[in-house]
Amino acid sequence: MAEETRATTSGESTPAPSEGPSHGHRPAPRGPRPGGPGGPREGGRKYFRRKKVCKFCVEKIESINYKDVRLLAQFVAESGKIVPRRLTGVCTPHQRRLSSAIKQARNIALLPFAGRAN
Amino acid sequence: MNRAYELMFIVRPDMVEEDLDKLISTLETAVSSTGGTVKSVERMGKRRLAYTVRRFHDGVYVLLTAEGGGGLIHELERRLRVTEPVLKFLTVRIDEEQKRLDKIKKIRDARKKAPPAPAATAEGGETAAVTA
Repeated sequence: MAEETRATTSGESTPAPSEGPSHGHRPAPRGPRPGGPGGPREGGRKYFRRKKVCKFCVEKIESINYKDVRLLAQFVAESGKIVPRRLTGVCTPHQRRLSSAIKQARNIALLPFAGRAN
Repeated sequence: MNRAYELMFIVRPDMVEEDLDKLISTLETAVSSTGGTVKSVERMGKRRLAYTVRRFHDGVYVLLTAEGGGGLIHELERRLRVTEPVLKFLTVRIDEEQKRLDKIKKIRDARKKAPPAPAATAEGGETAAVTA
């Protein structure tokens, strides 16, 4: 499955692979789904999934800095976890930088390590 | 050996302004005495911490950028560690990242001037595929 998602994010014109409903009931965190509606909505029976794109590639954001909390918070779930690439569509090089930035931000108490426990 | 560093630290919120001034000035003298230069000191003000640190919910963030060798950071971190009101600190080396950003910017500017070549550059492979 990971192979398939990689193929879509790499920007080829292949349509989104129909992976069945396994995605459907996944507890989607408030990670970014760039753009408009995705998934089965508006009465349509058909399963339609938007092709996920890397936010950093599309918007040409080069610097992923630990100080930019507002940017990083988009890729952190409510529980404080880093949202996986397969859900956000971030490409591998950017996810690598993103995760290290998030970890730095956690260290300096800009982002939580885990949840809103307090 | 000249490297650029960014040192962010948090002091406790009930610290008096003058004490913070004193702390920053001692850090500055420590930087200059170890042969480095202070580029800037930015007080980011009081912020809510994402988790409690030593039973504090808020902290005053200070960002200090300096240039110098590794010994400089060693000294600064030692000082911060022994300074009681400092809750947390983080040092990040920023010159290499800056170099990378400059390189990308250069490539992008060159591309803007010249007709767009479909050459895939380092790290631009993804973008190139999207625009193609």
